Amino acid sequence: MSKQLPETPMLDQLEGGPWPSFVTGLKRLASSEDKPYAPMMKSLLGQLERSYETRKGYWKGGTVGVVGYGAGIIPRFSELSEEFPESAEFHTFRVMPPSGMHYDTEILNKLCDIWEKYGSGLIALHGQSGDIMLQGCTTENVQPCFDELNELGFDLGGAGAGVRTSMACVGAARCEQSCYDEAKAQRLIINSFLDEMHRPSLPYKFKFKFSGCANDCVNATHRSDFAVLGTWRDDMQVDQEEVKAYVAKNGRKQMIDQVITMCPTNALSLNDDDTLDVDNKSCVRCMHCINVMTKALKPGKERGVTVLVGGKRTLKVGDLMGTVVVPFMKLETDDDYEQLNDLAHRVMDFFVDNALEHERTGEMIERIGLVNFLEGIGVDLDPNMVAHPRTNSYVRTDGWDEEVAKWEARKGAPAKAKAAE
Amino acid sequence: MTEPRRPIESGVPDPFLYMHPLLKQNYGNWKWHDRPRPGVLHHVAYGGDEVWTVKAGTQRQMDVYTVRKLCEIADTFAEGHMRFTTRSNVEFMVSSADKVQPLIEALESSGFPVGGTGNSVSMISHTQGWLHCDIPATDASGVVKALMDAMYHEFTHEEMPNRVKITTSCCQINCGGQGDIAINIQHTKPPVINHDLVSKVCERPAVVARCPVAAIRPAMVNGKPSLEVDEKKCICCGACYPPCPPMQINDPVNSKLAIWVGGKHSSTRSKPTFHKLVAAGIPNNPPRWPEATEIVLKILHAYKDNAKAWERMGEWIERIGWPRFFELTELPFTKYHIDSWRGSRVQLNASAQVHF
Ligand code: HEM
Ligand code: HEM
Ligand code: SF4
Ligand code: SF4
Ligand code: SF4
Ligand code: SF4
Repeated sequence: MSKQLPETPMLDQLEGGPWPSFVTGLKRLASSEDKPYAPMMKSLLGQLERSYETRKGYWKGGTVGVVGYGAGIIPRFSELSEEFPESAEFHTFRVMPPSGMHYDTEILNKLCDIWEKYGSGLIALHGQSGDIMLQGCTTENVQPCFDELNELGFDLGGAGAGVRTSMACVGAARCEQSCYDEAKAQRLIINSFLDEMHRPSLPYKFKFKFSGCANDCVNATHRSDFAVLGTWRDDMQVDQEEVKAYVAKNGRKQMIDQVITMCPTNALSLNDDDTLDVDNKSCVRCMHCINVMTKALKPGKERGVTVLVGGKRTLKVGDLMGTVVVPFMKLETDDDYEQLNDLAHRVMDFFVDNALEHERTGEMIERIGLVNFLEGIGVDLDPNMVAHPRTNSYVRTDGWDEEVAKWEARKGAPAKAKAAE
Repeated sequence: MTEPRRPIESGVPDPFLYMHPLLKQNYGNWKWHDRPRPGVLHHVAYGGDEVWTVKAGTQRQMDVYTVRKLCEIADTFAEGHMRFTTRSNVEFMVSSADKVQPLIEALESSGFPVGGTGNSVSMISHTQGWLHCDIPATDASGVVKALMDAMYHEFTHEEMPNRVKITTSCCQINCGGQGDIAINIQHTKPPVINHDLVSKVCERPAVVARCPVAAIRPAMVNGKPSLEVDEKKCICCGACYPPCPPMQINDPVNSKLAIWVGGKHSSTRSKPTFHKLVAAGIPNNPPRWPEATEIVLKILHAYKDNAKAWERMGEWIERIGWPRFFELTELPFTKYHIDSWRGSRVQLNASAQVHF
């Protein structure tokens, strides 16, 4: 006699309504009588219904892994294993997706085949750090399932005090706003930190994220320790004929209300002939005007990235945004990409040596001060790193003259180099 | 006994193995795009190639049947490729305009709403909840399903002033991001300690160190080493619970939902901002969380009706001022809206500028 589908009056109420229902999916798995996971999923539905009734969670952690790795599997054991024995072990695989989360149907079907053989049939595409999350595997099946996934070309992502799975926006693959090759930067950097990902031994987690422009579609600024955001250094590209066409089509009022006055730095002005005047020195590359006038405006041609460090979520001191550590780094040649990777490694080394246990980069910088951090990673000061200079006079400035000399030397250097050309 | 298999540390897979051929050929060479209708993007490359993208919502937590259904749709209508967005929407790419409509029909008839582009309410980015996390006070998928049902029209249409990005978090400290609207757990009572278990399962110094307000200290209880919490100091954040499960923070009645608004990740126009508390004490009420849904809809509609084109939620409120926000949404303003955490004095209005 096969196990009955449990009564789930509360979950059933999530089957109605127009949005796709995860409950319907769970039930489909639970009633696949010909599949090995049906009993497990019946049991899971029973436990989830119980959570809905009591408003309590019933999972606890533990230790489960695969040979050679210290992370990537999130162990889940049920506290209600006597009542719901078939889902007593319900571990998750964190699996890194291809950059930009591109798939063809062949690879997805193969992924499903493996997961149907060893796991619950439940997949989250994707977790908030970007993992393919395969949810629901017994301890026994973890290793063989991983072996097949690994042979298919997939590798486990991060967990614990290590480098975490990373995300890159769709970027260059299908977005004209993209200012660098996000996938290239992501794969170069992450794949050089696989030891820190698979055998976590950092003070705490470390996240990298890659967005092709200031729209920051993967939320790098706040949700990563090391945020790489595309930008450009020269003038933005303006197609004045397209500007005129936009004004002709939408009217001057819309042009003024939705583009000109919405520029955060008042860098835009509409000329009498309906062309656009851009003050590129004031433009902060925020992307607004370019987003609105996709045909007329474009990032400039000298492209690269701004790097922010220290974004994080609440635990423990409260949320922090990443802040600028490198205002501009050109990303064109392989060498440029290596420079970025080198910076990532300097930041990581400093973090490993200086962060307290359970301290994120943002908290570390708050504790030691940005200046010490910059010295540690060998990056020069730049006014782009601050919202404004200090407002508080409580500071010792007896090293002023030396600091001025350093600034002068740095400022003079590029000018002299140019003069020598 | 055979040697255990060693992993191949292949890292992040190469996307070019799976990418739609048109995206591969025009990588880094896109010129402009427009949106022929909600849910559809049309990109044009410098060389003249064009690609149409149809975007649809999913439930994120998918059964293999759903994934295979998406594959079947991709094979029949979309040239065999797809990609996912950070918000669990699926995108299919096709090489000609006449393939768009049949694809939309196939998606809609299989229950996948087409939308989420431009100035719409996209899928809610969400966390694990009761389905899989070890510390949640509420579910994630269920809250999201209930809310997306209620905002279905806003997903399938582009009628908002700007994009609306909503997030949820099923504990108070962790995974959810900043959102134009964020629905997060907010505990209201200190943890209840199971002293018999503390000595067995908790590394006490680690737990003491975890507390943001130093409210935990080691103590002997009933002759056994345990912990105690200074309940006056405790801010009920729940940070002690993950390293020490006997410090039960989740409470079926006293763990409430709170709603925050005006968070933003992009540097577009204004700088990125954190979301701000606007409503708390909302019952954690499965299976459909009607009280939270009602407040979210109220805020969403106030924004939709009053913001100017391209103002994100936080930018709109910045312009009209908080008094007007509370007036328009009919939400009460209480002492809990005023921050008392470190550095919070900068959040006060230090000017003679007031709104009437
Ligand atoms: C108690 C155990 C925890 C569990 C089970 C858990 C679970 C998760 C899961 C499943 C994800 C999505 C993962 C993915 O997409 O690959 C996630 C993301 C995240 N977690 Fe946790 N988490 C835990 C603790 C924490 C803690 C302690 C923090 C912060 C200090 C935290 C912060 C985050 C953040 C910020 C994200 C999303 C990050 C992003 O968008 O990149 N989590 N968590
Ligand atoms: C053609 C490609 C895309 C364009 C032109 C585009 C454009 C934009 C724009 C204009 C914004 C709003 C910025 C603002 O006004 O505040 C934005 C925000 C955002 N986009 Fe995209 N986007 C694209 C693709 C994507 C993709 C593929 C994803 C997800 C995978 C995505 C996720 C987001 C998110 C999460 C935000 C919100 C960030 C925040 O919270 O502020 N976008 N995008
Ligand atoms: S972050 Fe910029 S480049 Fe990347 S997908 Fe978003 S808009 Fe495009
Ligand atoms: S990109 Fe932003 S800052 Fe620059 S001109 Fe356009 S709106 Fe202004
Ligand atoms: S938000 Fe908290 S409860 Fe929810 S999945 Fe993340 S860690 Fe778990
Ligand atoms: S709930 Fe937070 S404030 Fe209270 S004791 Fe635990 S860690 Fe400290």
